[in-house]
Amino acid sequence: MLKIENLEAEINGKQILKGINLEVNAGEVHAIMGPNGSGKSTMSNVLVGHPAYQVTGGKATFKGKDLLSMSAEERSHEGLFMSFQYPVEIPGVSMTNFMRTAINEKRKYLGLPPMAPTEFLKFIKEKRDMVKLDAKFMNRSVNEGFSGGEKKRNEIFQMAMLEPSLSILDETDSGLDIDALRIVADGVNRLKTPETSVIVITHYQRLLDYIKPDIVHVLYQGRIIKTAGPELALELEERGYDWVIKEFEESRN
Amino acid sequence: MSVEKGYIDIFLQNRALVEKGSAGIMNSLRDKAFDCLAQYGLPHNRLEEYLHTDVSKWFEPDWGMNLARLDMPVDFAQAFKCSVPNLSTQLYFLANDAFASSDTASRSILPDGVFAGSLKQAALERPDLTDGFYGRLADMDKPGIAAVNTLFAQDGFMLYVPDGVVLDKPLQLITLLSSKVDLMVNRRILVVLGRGAQAKLLLCDHALDANSYLTTQVIEVFAGQDSALELYDLEETHTANLRVSELYVSQGAGSRVAVDNLTLHNGRTRNTVFVTFDGRGAELSLNGIAVADKSQHVDNMTFVDHRVADCTSNELFKYVLDDSSTGAFAGKVLVREGAQNTSSQQTNRNICLTREARMFTQPQLEIYADDVKCSHGATVGQLDDKALFYMRQRGIPEQEARMMLMLAFVGEVIGKVELEPLRDRLYRLVEKRFRGELTQCEGCRACR
Repeated sequence: MLKIENLEAEINGKQILKGINLEVNAGEVHAIMGPNGSGKSTMSNVLVGHPAYQVTGGKATFKGKDLLSMSAEERSHEGLFMSFQYPVEIPGVSMTNFMRTAINEKRKYLGLPPMAPTEFLKFIKEKRDMVKLDAKFMNRSVNEGFSGGEKKRNEIFQMAMLEPSLSILDETDSGLDIDALRIVADGVNRLKTPETSVIVITHYQRLLDYIKPDIVHVLYQGRIIKTAGPELALELEERGYDWVIKEFEESRN
Repeated sequence: MSVEKGYIDIFLQNRALVEKGSAGIMNSLRDKAFDCLAQYGLPHNRLEEYLHTDVSKWFEPDWGMNLARLDMPVDFAQAFKCSVPNLSTQLYFLANDAFASSDTASRSILPDGVFAGSLKQAALERPDLTDGFYGRLADMDKPGIAAVNTLFAQDGFMLYVPDGVVLDKPLQLITLLSSKVDLMVNRRILVVLGRGAQAKLLLCDHALDANSYLTTQVIEVFAGQDSALELYDLEETHTANLRVSELYVSQGAGSRVAVDNLTLHNGRTRNTVFVTFDGRGAELSLNGIAVADKSQHVDNMTFVDHRVADCTSNELFKYVLDDSSTGAFAGKVLVREGAQNTSSQQTNRNICLTREARMFTQPQLEIYADDVKCSHGATVGQLDDKALFYMRQRGIPEQEARMMLMLAFVGEVIGKVELEPLRDRLYRLVEKRFRGELTQCEGCRACR
């Protein structure tokens, strides 16, 4: 699904990613954890093609295609989705119009005709029900006046609508209370199929209680310094990151 | 005074012709207009109010003028396509600055006592409707274009709605600019609403060919006590057009007036709006959109005079400037002594899409009463990068995302348009404009 080799990237001339290696196969859930400033958000932004970040080295393929040469919108059409840590408010653009445009642009890319209006409304309802997002939000401007929890639920709703093959959840748990967290995680789990993959980027173990990872990575100073099974997340929760960092530094000397 | 002198000479040489093609009160005011033009001249950019728009320069070329009122055939069939889908309007036409009846104009019967038609005809046959109003608001004792317009205007449009009469059906006045030579057009519109009267008037300004036009437009609106008026002034011409418009509104007690100035396609435009509250409890909603690219220029100046207590004014002007276009907005709100309980809000927001586009904005608040609620705000910025990226991540291509953001930006103003079919049409027109499908005015064909 996704293969990253020696990925290096910078923002405003400052190097953040210093050689990332990561392989995500279909059906897998990967968790990327790490202390503040380790490069977690940079990594997700680089993968979805944020123009503020420059890739300075390495390569990445997505479903066998060169990911880094694609525009942000092409990556989306190919099936890459990111749930934003801070979903953006877009005054004056209604959720319905936003979703209709997004879906039909993807269909255009795939050589499909636009979705018929009735079919689209049915589709919206089905996905809304899945993440328990009230119908009233559809006529509102994108994220405008949404609470923190509603914004995150809206992210998962959009994920459900776009049916991506790889979803990156960037700190989706930040600012969520436990009930909202459960609804969001439940949505992600229901969307999960053997053909789709998820990368969960998080500080805390909490979200991983609900979205069970197959593989856990620790990112530190722009590199993945440890990769293990789900038990690593629990251990990090208990012992913090210091021991992993120490282990890494000792191995380098 | 060399530019003005040219026009003064034209008038002196052609006075008989001008008056022959006009009537009544329109002719009676020409002496005064002559004196004012000679005294104050045409507005130039050394005046603060015209800092960004040197209107006097526009008068320099040797414009043709149809003072002899020669018949200038206009293809109304084309214009008829301008009709707003699902909006049944009472249609009227001005061929350049002459009122033109046409077979295509709908002929449904207006309520008793309503006059809608040629201003010249009204001045001739119904002086009782025109004489107490024409020229009363248009202030010629200042630099502006009221004097030159009053000097040369021979016809135009008059709407009179008597006390208590409500016109459900909107009136649409379509001006078609069409000529064999570059032409100066002096258009005059007079709107008088009696007590409790209600009307909606949509003005559409179109150019049917690629010639240059200089339009002077003076609109006087008397909104009687408890009356309601919606006035939409839509300019959709092309880059060779120069337009300078002055709108004067007097609002009686309890009246509600909504004005929308929509500049979708133009060359260089200066619109000035003067509103005075002459009775308490009146409300004004004054809005505008300007969409400009290439080297287009749009300048809106508004002056809202809160003379009496308990009135409300809300202003919202939004500009989207592309390429090396320029925009200017100056909004003055004067709250006079004794105008207590005034509520006034003025907002001007602008997006410059390129580094070359320029916007000049100047809010001005003068308050001489102590119990008032007034605010103003002006911003100049770019499209929201974060929103753009968010949309692209969801698969919306950058161009489309930019278009949606621009449409959303001006949509706030369009959303205030109360006539739903017109609102829908404006959304479509603006969308077409942003998509570059209205690269030049195709006359009313573009409206479909």
